[in-house]
Amino acid sequence: MPPAASTAPVEILIIDDEIQIRRLLRITLEAGGYRVREAENASLGLNEAAVQRPDAIILDLSLPDMSGLDVLRRLREWSHTPVLILSVQGDETAKIAALDAGADDYLTKPFDGGELLARVRVLLRRARPAGEVSIATFGDVQVDFTRRTVTKAGADVHLTVKEYALLRLLLQHRGKVVTHRQLLRDIWGPGHEEDTHYLRVHMANLRKKIEAIAEQPAFLKTESGIGYRFTDAG
Amino acid sequence: MPAPAHDRRPDPDALLASFQREEKRARRGSLKIFFGMCPGVGKTYAMLRAAQQEQKDGTDFLVGIVETHGRAETETLLAGLPVLPRKQIDYRGIQVTEMDLDALLARQPRPRLVLVDEFAHTNAEGSRHPKRYQDVVELLDAGIDIFTTLNVQHVESRADAVRQITGATVHETVPDSVFELADQIELIDLTPEALRERLAEGKVYLADRARAAADGFFKDTHLTALRELALRFVAERVEKRLRELRATSPLKTVWRSGERLLVAIGPSPSSLQLVRWTRRMAAAQGASWIAVSVESSRALLPEDRRRREQNLALASELGAEIVITHDENIAAALVRVALQNNATQIVVGQSRNPRWLDFVRGGNLVDRLLRISGPIDIYVVPAERLAEKPGLRIDWQAAFHAPAREYCDVLTTVGVLTVVSWFIVPYTGYLSVGLLYLLAVIVLSLRVGRWPVLAAGVLSALTWNFLFIPPLFTFVISKFEDGMMFATYFIVALVSGQLTGRFRAQARHERLREARATALFHLTQALSAARTLDDAVFAALRQADDIFGAKTALLIADNDTLTAHFAGSFTVTEKERAVAEWAWRHRKKAGRFTDTLPSSEGFHLPLVRDDTAHGVLVISVPPDTPLTLAQRELAESFATQLALVLEREQLRAVGEREKLLAESDKLHRALLDGVSHELKTPLAVLGAAAETFATADAPTRENPAGEIRTATRRLTRLVTNPLDQTRLESGVLKPHLDWSDAHDLVNAALDGVREALVSHPLETAVPADMPLFRADAALMEQVIANLLLNAALHTPSGTPIFLAAGVDTARARVFFTVADRGPGLPAAMRERLFQKFQRGDAARAGGLGLGLSIIRGFVVAQGGEVVAGENPGGGAVFTIYLPFTAHSNVPTE
Repeated sequence: MPPAASTAPVEILIIDDEIQIRRLLRITLEAGGYRVREAENASLGLNEAAVQRPDAIILDLSLPDMSGLDVLRRLREWSHTPVLILSVQGDETAKIAALDAGADDYLTKPFDGGELLARVRVLLRRARPAGEVSIATFGDVQVDFTRRTVTKAGADVHLTVKEYALLRLLLQHRGKVVTHRQLLRDIWGPGHEEDTHYLRVHMANLRKKIEAIAEQPAFLKTESGIGYRFTDAG
Repeated sequence: MPAPAHDRRPDPDALLASFQREEKRARRGSLKIFFGMCPGVGKTYAMLRAAQQEQKDGTDFLVGIVETHGRAETETLLAGLPVLPRKQIDYRGIQVTEMDLDALLARQPRPRLVLVDEFAHTNAEGSRHPKRYQDVVELLDAGIDIFTTLNVQHVESRADAVRQITGATVHETVPDSVFELADQIELIDLTPEALRERLAEGKVYLADRARAAADGFFKDTHLTALRELALRFVAERVEKRLRELRATSPLKTVWRSGERLLVAIGPSPSSLQLVRWTRRMAAAQGASWIAVSVESSRALLPEDRRRREQNLALASELGAEIVITHDENIAAALVRVALQNNATQIVVGQSRNPRWLDFVRGGNLVDRLLRISGPIDIYVVPAERLAEKPGLRIDWQAAFHAPAREYCDVLTTVGVLTVVSWFIVPYTGYLSVGLLYLLAVIVLSLRVGRWPVLAAGVLSALTWNFLFIPPLFTFVISKFEDGMMFATYFIVALVSGQLTGRFRAQARHERLREARATALFHLTQALSAARTLDDAVFAALRQADDIFGAKTALLIADNDTLTAHFAGSFTVTEKERAVAEWAWRHRKKAGRFTDTLPSSEGFHLPLVRDDTAHGVLVISVPPDTPLTLAQRELAESFATQLALVLEREQLRAVGEREKLLAESDKLHRALLDGVSHELKTPLAVLGAAAETFATADAPTRENPAGEIRTATRRLTRLVTNPLDQTRLESGVLKPHLDWSDAHDLVNAALDGVREALVSHPLETAVPADMPLFRADAALMEQVIANLLLNAALHTPSGTPIFLAAGVDTARARVFFTVADRGPGLPAAMRERLFQKFQRGDAARAGGLGLGLSIIRGFVVAQGGEVVAGENPGGGAVFTIYLPFTAHSNVPTE
């Protein structure tokens, strides 16, 4: 499971002003086989990111000297390092803003250690492109990207163009949240960012075709108020 | 389920109900008048019968005052009715009884209905109001219904007619404006024959003082005429009411006829008739009317001045608008006011001046009016010959009241001039001496009053004639030219005296006006310059002292009491305070110069702004120097200015308080925010650690890490709830409405509470094809989760919990229902459930009791509502309704 088998240990930078959170993250991440660096404020964090070139960054949204969102924007000017946002519950607007500004995923405090490690894994996987996947499999479903076909338990599933686009986009970001805005813009084009009902209707239809129980989806999860996430971690 | 712990907050609904009760109490009572043509027709009897009926209907009523005059019929009726004990008043050694107004008002509970006999009765001196109808108005204001009795001769506008019919002057009258207050009038009609029969049978008893008028009253012809008068009066009123009902125009001020009457009022007693006549005309035409008084430079006798003010007061009481204007030319002034006020008709009395006087003045008033009135109709009302002396009346008093110094000046000037002339006459001739005298008279007229100038004219004429015009030392004039000279001289001297007198009067009048304007200007200046309220009051009261030559006091309203300001120069006694209190509560003038408690020392002006009396200004002038109408007007302007200042002060105080409240609220929120935030971080760490351990090492639930996790989650909720409450209360919460899927919401809500629900079987019923609706996903998840948690917390373990959702298309709403099989909700506490800090009786219930209050807050923020109810099979049901609108079509491709 831990990628420590490779030669260079994976380095993760934590930018958070709360020492206890930093310590907790360090314990959890080090147990997962990662090397950890810490920064207690935004300027130190940006500095570390530039000098040390970490493989991933865990960023708290509320920092004493600068907002997490600003840190993210400055970071994205010169770096594509994956970023995981750490935030408190109920702050959906800030999360969406951060995700739209280039963060790769988010985690709500208090978090479960296992969940944290799973998210970090997803982040790192995307950061290291493992070549184009032509076939994705989950449960009894198989998606063939080259032939644009979907089968469920061996039988063909007919998806509309939009449904297929939705499924493909989520699979491309497998394990990672995709905001409503991103989905709407990519599938329906700019100008449809507010038409969330398109998304909901198509998602409901997609689930009926793909999921075992559409009302309790196992793969196509809703991130309430934010977007959707394809997950096959369980 | 949740029950009230101890409810310290006032229930808003109960408060509202009590306000409504207050309002009902504050409403005006209704007035019913039992109306008759003369005494003896049975008004009191009819009133008591009506009261008996009310008693049968269970109305709480009281006999305020009823005169039985010893009549058996009436007394039988009165027996068994609750009667208010009368007030004993010692009037010049005689014991008289009156209705005890104070006792009546103090009665708790106040009666709904009070019977007050003889509406027009004059109260004994020492009562609160001079007239009983004023008592009645006060009772009506207090919200009490009144039954009363009245004869047609007591109606102000009919008093003249009655006098013309019967020859008896009626002293006790009720203003028509008061009569207009009546909501119901019951005419007690009796044919003259029947009345005379009743008289003959001795059924009509007359008080001694009325006996004198009896002969006049009960003549057959009189009775018929009176009956007609009464019938017509009531008929007119009914017609007017009908017209009011029929008038569909929303603009009440637009008069049906578009007519407006203007009546000219002078100091003459006949003006009273003019006023009444105009009022009748106005009522008949459905028109409004104005009473105008024109002040000229001619000084009025004090008696005339008093009478003119009486006339104006009557007009005002009868519903006229009062205009006072200044002009030497009465006709021009009347036309000017008429045009300014859109009056269509001018009513004047017939002139009773001698012809020669009218001729000298350029025609009588009517002629002059007709010449310049244009489109305005002129009505000339013949004046009745009263005991008034017509013609030019000379104000001898004013003549003698001119300062002696001025007469001294006249004597000295004429004397010196005579001596000088004596020496120069041989050189200049006696005609030049005449010119010198004329010059002296004109110079004098610039310096002394009208009467001294006249005296100078006469004296110099006589001296000139006696000493200089031949034949000398006689008053005889021999030559015709001399006679002409002398006559011309005399007229020129008189006219110039008159003219300058008029100019001076005008100038004086201008000065007065200017003084008033200056006084007001200074007042506003002082008030705006004042930095504190005390400064302002001090400045205003000193000014008032100077201008009115009075002692003044200011009582300021604070909550429900009046407090005298220390800057007052007039010491407010207990008695004066009571008057001020009355003026304040009724927002009407009281005390001296008014109808209410006129025997008090001070003139009490309420300081009213927008229906609120902020205080009372008391002006006390020495007994022998009454305030003139103009001064009273000025006093009212003062009061208005002061009211403005007090209002400003009050607004400022309110603003200050609100700022303070907001400040403390902010502090309180910041504190809560801070504390919650500080708590959240350690909780997050604790939670994260517990989650890690719990999932890592335990498939079994009963491990210590699992307990820590459960405890941490509960603590987190405890911290989150007050924060949410704060967000709700501060209005920071702005729901982000978006298309939502019921399944997503339910799943997310269940994720958070699955653990807490383990001991309760959960049945969910959400239709697979439930359409999307608009909601804030985060808020709704929390709402559903909280309801589920609540249900789990308040019901015995093992009992099921039901969660259902659906669309009610008929009422365009979606619903979410959480039901349980627990003990249910007592109906009495359902309303209070959603208030803050309400917790269930069950001791095991945890939390601060904010859960339901937050649920309600969140749902209301999204435009929905929460209803608590009874589950038909036992248990409680909470239903959330959110507005439902279908979304627009979604393109399939």
